Parts: sequence; structure tokens; C-alpha cells
Amino acid sequence: MILINGKEHEWSQELTIQRILDIKRYTFPKIIVKVNGNLIAKHEYAETLIHDGDEVQIIHLLAGG
Amino acid sequence: MNINTLKENRRLLYEYRYELDKIEKGYSNKSLYINLSDNKISSMPVTDMMKEKFIGGKGFGLWYLWNAVKPETKWTDPDNAIVIASGPVGGITQYPGAGKSLVVTISPLTGIPIDSNVGGYFGPLLKFSGWDALEIQGKAEKDVVVFIDGNNGIIRIEEAPLEAIDAHVLGEQLTEMYADSEEDKRNIAVVTAGTAAENTLIGLLNFTFYDVRRKVTRLKQAGRGGIGTVFRDKKIKALVVKFSGVKGNLNNPADQAKINRTGLRLHREIKRFDDEQCRMRQVGTANIIEVMDEYDLLPVHNYKFGRHPDTHKIASNVFRDKFLTQGKPDGCWYGCSLSCAKAADYFELKTGPYKGDKVTVDGPEYETAAGVGANCGIFDPEYVLECNFYCDTYGIDTISFATITAFLMECYENGIINKDITGGLELTFGNQNAAMDLLHQMSRGERFGKLAGLGIRKLKKIFVEEYGADKDFLEDIGMEQKGLEYSEYLPKESLAQQGGYGLTNKGPQHDEAWLIFMDMVNNQLPSFEDKAEALHYFPMFRTWFGLMGLCKLPWNDIVPASNFSSDEPAKIPEHVQNYVDLYNGMTGNNISKEELIIQSERVYNFQRIFNIRMGHGKRENDRVPYRSVGPVTVEEYESRKDRYDTQLKEKLNIESTGKSTEEKVKILRSYREDQYEQLINAVYKRRGWTMDGIPTIEKLKEIKMDLPKLIEVVEKHL
Repeated sequence: MILINGKEHEWSQELTIQRILDIKRYTFPKIIVKVNGNLIAKHEYAETLIHDGDEVQIIHLLAGG
Repeated sequence: MNINTLKENRRLLYEYRYELDKIEKGYSNKSLYINLSDNKISSMPVTDMMKEKFIGGKGFGLWYLWNAVKPETKWTDPDNAIVIASGPVGGITQYPGAGKSLVVTISPLTGIPIDSNVGGYFGPLLKFSGWDALEIQGKAEKDVVVFIDGNNGIIRIEEAPLEAIDAHVLGEQLTEMYADSEEDKRNIAVVTAGTAAENTLIGLLNFTFYDVRRKVTRLKQAGRGGIGTVFRDKKIKALVVKFSGVKGNLNNPADQAKINRTGLRLHREIKRFDDEQCRMRQVGTANIIEVMDEYDLLPVHNYKFGRHPDTHKIASNVFRDKFLTQGKPDGCWYGCSLSCAKAADYFELKTGPYKGDKVTVDGPEYETAAGVGANCGIFDPEYVLECNFYCDTYGIDTISFATITAFLMECYENGIINKDITGGLELTFGNQNAAMDLLHQMSRGERFGKLAGLGIRKLKKIFVEEYGADKDFLEDIGMEQKGLEYSEYLPKESLAQQGGYGLTNKGPQHDEAWLIFMDMVNNQLPSFEDKAEALHYFPMFRTWFGLMGLCKLPWNDIVPASNFSSDEPAKIPEHVQNYVDLYNGMTGNNISKEELIIQSERVYNFQRIFNIRMGHGKRENDRVPYRSVGPVTVEEYESRKDRYDTQLKEKLNIESTGKSTEEKVKILRSYREDQYEQLINAVYKRRGWTMDGIPTIEKLKEIKMDLPKLIEVVEKHL
């Protein structure tokens, strides 16, 4: 089990940040991703593996329409 | 019609001459007062008290409006004023989004002050002509045009019987009439309404700027709350200001270099990041149409649902690739490199009085596409553009038109209204012909269009009293609050945004707070206190744009690199500092980011007390229709069954098995309505208000807003 934005989410092997974004349909371009508090660059999303127990923050930067 | 013919039929009612003065640190230090009942024109001083407490823009507008009206004043009364103002930072050319005008009046829809923030050149040119604000009271006997010659210090009120009323024609006529040459057209700014503004309560004001590359007059809208209706009720056809000589230093700022540096930094960010972030320069605010659909936030079928399989047909790339002219610097004021004022050129109209004409359509903004499109179940981009064009030129608000039409469509599909009542319009979701006919009827002031133009609040009452509709159902699905129609986001799954709409001063417009991602997606606001803090900070911060004459978009529709390592990324701290620097650079004051919020708090609380004074500013006025909180119908619940069943289990420990959908709707409703009440409690506490929504005297003292006039109002309710 992992945490995504504070909510429990099932973990699986080979789970990457990009895979999480795809599953969650997080398509918004202005996002910040942190894994266990560490900032992950956009070009690393596809290669960054998520481990069981990790805490993932996917912060969408839209505070206004 | 020939311009000379229009001129020959003018009749001068009054001419006023004034001395031209220099602007100092962002202020001309006087405002223009015009009374159309007796053709009186005078100059009013802008006092130090006004600059300290009300700052400018919307603050000045509210202050003048307060002094113009009484608690019993109705929108049609001659005492009701329309006030237009820029702000101390307004008119600079170094920082994007600095050309906004703020307009206030008593709204025909709500009976309380409405404020609207609009682009175009009028506000800055008004200031450069010598006036921080323009207040118009009274009513003319016949249609008039007010002309302000800012280079020669002359103001004229003239009867104007032959000019058009629809905005795209009138804007061109008056730009042509008052410009000395093609080159001079950029120095003309016109404010108009349109034919539907005088037949409905949802009229808007169009503010022009002349597009020197396209050689057309462009239109930007002060859309919300029926200001255009008040404008036409006063028999104003247009306001025109002419000023030549715009330069980057006309505000005479205290520290020009600071303003230059601040602007340069943002221009670089936009150039570097816009294409990979919001693509404002390509598609403007329409960039979020498909984003909202992906996150189940796009209003579909009168806010029943948050996405639709046909949304791709009105996605931003469709407009970009097929309609919007690319590569033109579409700023609605000089120096705005964010350039979001997109336009479709040579668009051929298929319906209405201008059928066959090839026109320039400003937009579509996100709100328009989401509203007249998805919310009405219409996924035709050409309809969206045509509807956008006609709403603008007829002078009605695309948001209110869309939300009213969506409401009518749901009423029609539920048998509450029928063809006999609508005069033959088959107002089912997706019927774009019927929707377009409704719009043209509003322009002509006839049949069902005239009725629809009264707005949802009045329609609910009529449908109950005259057609026997179920009052509770209409209260649930009629997406209005305080009398104003909701703007185009689905707030059901974000309690904070339910407050972002419901706990506003003017009604459910998202310009105070848009918290859906912070709350629903990012989960950054888990507690009531967290939500209340956001519903304090963001409305106050965003109020500040309206005090300055600034646009909100360059704050967070472009994000600097520093933001990715910021502690508070939602606030865009680097841009907040930009605004502090702009204000200090302009005025020579030395405020901090905390004092920026207090400046807004003063005006925000003033507006709340203004609402209370007008009889509509308490807790009962902050309640919201249940459609904005949760699923009203079985159809809605079952469309998101897994989500809602899970919530019943996780939030209430209630198993959904064995329960009918009707039972589950009822249980969920009870829970969500209670959550909203708890949210109100938390927000009022954070804002320093009583549990009935009244600002306390202690709060007013704390923010140095304990003016006797305000104390007198609140004391009656404490």
C-alpha cells in the first residue's frame, strides 16, 4: 500500500510515477511530484519506481479559474 | 449607416471642461461624477482616506456606490450608480494584465452590489484623461452617448438617436466617429451594452479596444450580474473616452525601475514556460476545457455530471486548430505578453440578424465553452462561437445565459415546462437550435426569451406559482445563489469550493476562490480549519487585483521555476512578491504581503456590510442549492455509484447493500448539508464574523475599518 496525496492506494511492482498519473488520469500540465518529500523532475516520471509504503504527493498548481 | 448622418442627428445636452493634471504615484486624485437626470457633471476629490481604506478600483466603486444609494434603493432607481474605475497600478505597460477596469452597481439579479473585472482600454484611458473613477447616476430621457476627451479636457453628453445598440456595430461606429485617423483608433475606448441587455436582467457591458493588426474593434466583457441592464435602463448607449499619448510612465510611479524589473521577470517566465504550462497565448482560458472534463469537474447537463464523452469536440485544440488566429499578440492592454484574448476571425454567422456576416469573435473563454456547450449538452464548436458572438453583441452574460438555459433544459426534460410554455422551443439538452432561438428572443425582448432573461431565481418562483412545479426540486437544481447564476465548475466533490461559491460577496462566481484541486485532488485542506484558512486567504488575495486594476491570470496561469520548491506552491509566492513590489513601486508605500491581505480585508468586509445594509448579507444568504453539494437525483447518484457508496462506508460507516438509491441519496444529503454548515461556522470564525455572518466590531477595529457608518449597520445585527 502507498499513500497518494494522503489517501491509501494499492501498490504493485513496476509502479512508476507516470503509471500513477495515467491511472489517476492526472493530465494537468502544472503539477509537482514528490516521493517521500523528494522533488522528482518531470523527465524522471517514467523511470522513477514507487516502492511499497512510499508517500507520493502530486500537487496540482491550479488555484483559480 | 454613414457616420456623418449619425453625427448630424446628435444633440448636445451638456458640455463640461476641466483642467488636465498630472497623475502622481498612480492616482489622478479626482473622480468624475455625471448625473444623467439633470445632465450635471462635476469633479470629486479622491481623499487620503479613500486611498488608505479603499485603495482604488472596486474599492472606490463600492465606496461611491455606498454613498449613492440607500438601503431601499432598487436597481432601477435613478440613485443607483454605475461606477467604473481602474486602480493605482492600472495602466502600467511593464507588467502583464494591468489594464483592467472594475465596474460596480446594484445588481438587477441580486439587489446587492455586483462587481465585475474587465479588460479593454477604457479604465486606463479614463485615468490618463484625469479621472481615477467615473460615477454615473440618474437616468437620461433619451438614448445618450457620453464622450470624454482626455487630451483637451472636455466632456459631452449628447443624445444619440441613430447609433446602433448591438455592441460589435456600435463599437465600430463610435471608434470610427471619434478617431481622427486609422492610427488614432487605438486611442478610443468604448463601453456599450446591447439589445438583449435592455430586455433581460443579465445584461453585460462590452469594453472595446482597437486591434491595430486585425483592424477591428475587439470586445471584452464586464459580464456578471446585469450591469448592462442598468446601463440601458439609464438610457446610456455608450461611454467613449479618447486619449492619445499612452506611455509606460504616465502613472508617474515612485520607483519606475522597480516596476520595470518586476515586469521583465514575468515576461521572461511567460516566454519560457507558457507553451508547456497553460498555453494562454494559443488558446487563452479555454485551455482547461478538457482538463475539467478529465477531473470530472466540467458541468454537464445542468451540473448533473462532470464529464461527457463528446467533450473532445469542443476541446481547446479544436478551437486552436480550426478557428483561433494564432501568432497575434492578443493582449487586451498594452504590454500583456500573456495575450489570452483570443479571437476567431472571419467567422461566418449562420443565424440571427447578422446571418452571413463574417465577424471577429472574441473567445471563447473557458466559462463560455463549458457553459453554453457542455452544461447545455451541446458539443458543437461552431455553435459555441456563434453563441459567444451573439451574447457579446446583444450584451448578455454568457455564464448566466448558459446556466439559465441548462436549468430550463432540465425543467423541460422533467415536464415542468413544455412547448406550450416555451412558445414552441424544444429545450432538451443538446438542442442547439432551440438554445440559439432563445438567445435571439432575448435580443428582441419577446416570447419565452423575455421570461428566461429574468434569471433562475425569478423563473423558479414563476414555475412554482404558475405551472405548479415542485418548489423543493427547483430549489435543488436551480444553480443560483443570492440571485446570481453559478459559473461553470462542478463543486460537488469539493466542500471547500462549495464554500468558494457560497461564501462570496456577490454570488457564486469563482473569482474569489477556486479551491477544487487543492481540496479534492491534492488533499491539502483536510480539516474545516484548513478549508476556512483557504477561504480566508484566497478571497482576500484575489480581491486585491480588483483594487489595483489588475488581471488575475498572470498570477497563477503562469508559474515560475521557483514555485516547484516553494512551501506554499498554491499561492505562487514569487508572484505575490511581484504584486507587493508593483504597489510599493507605484505608490512609494512599503507594504508587506501580509498588509496586502489587510488592504483587501478592509474592502471585503465593507462589501459584506454593504450587503447587510441592503438586507441580503447574512447566513441565510450564504446557503447553496443542493445540486452544488451533492447528487439530487437517482440518475446522478447512480452515475457515480462507486464513489458515493464508498463515501457512505468511509465517512459514515454505512453499508450500501440492501438500500435503495433514494435512501442513499437522502443519507448522503444529510451528511453533506451538515458538512457545509460546519464549513460556514469555520469560515465565519476565521473571517472574524459572528455565526450569523456579521463582521464583529472587534474585527473592524483590528483592520482599521471601524468607520461610524459601518458600525451603525453591524450594531443592529449583533
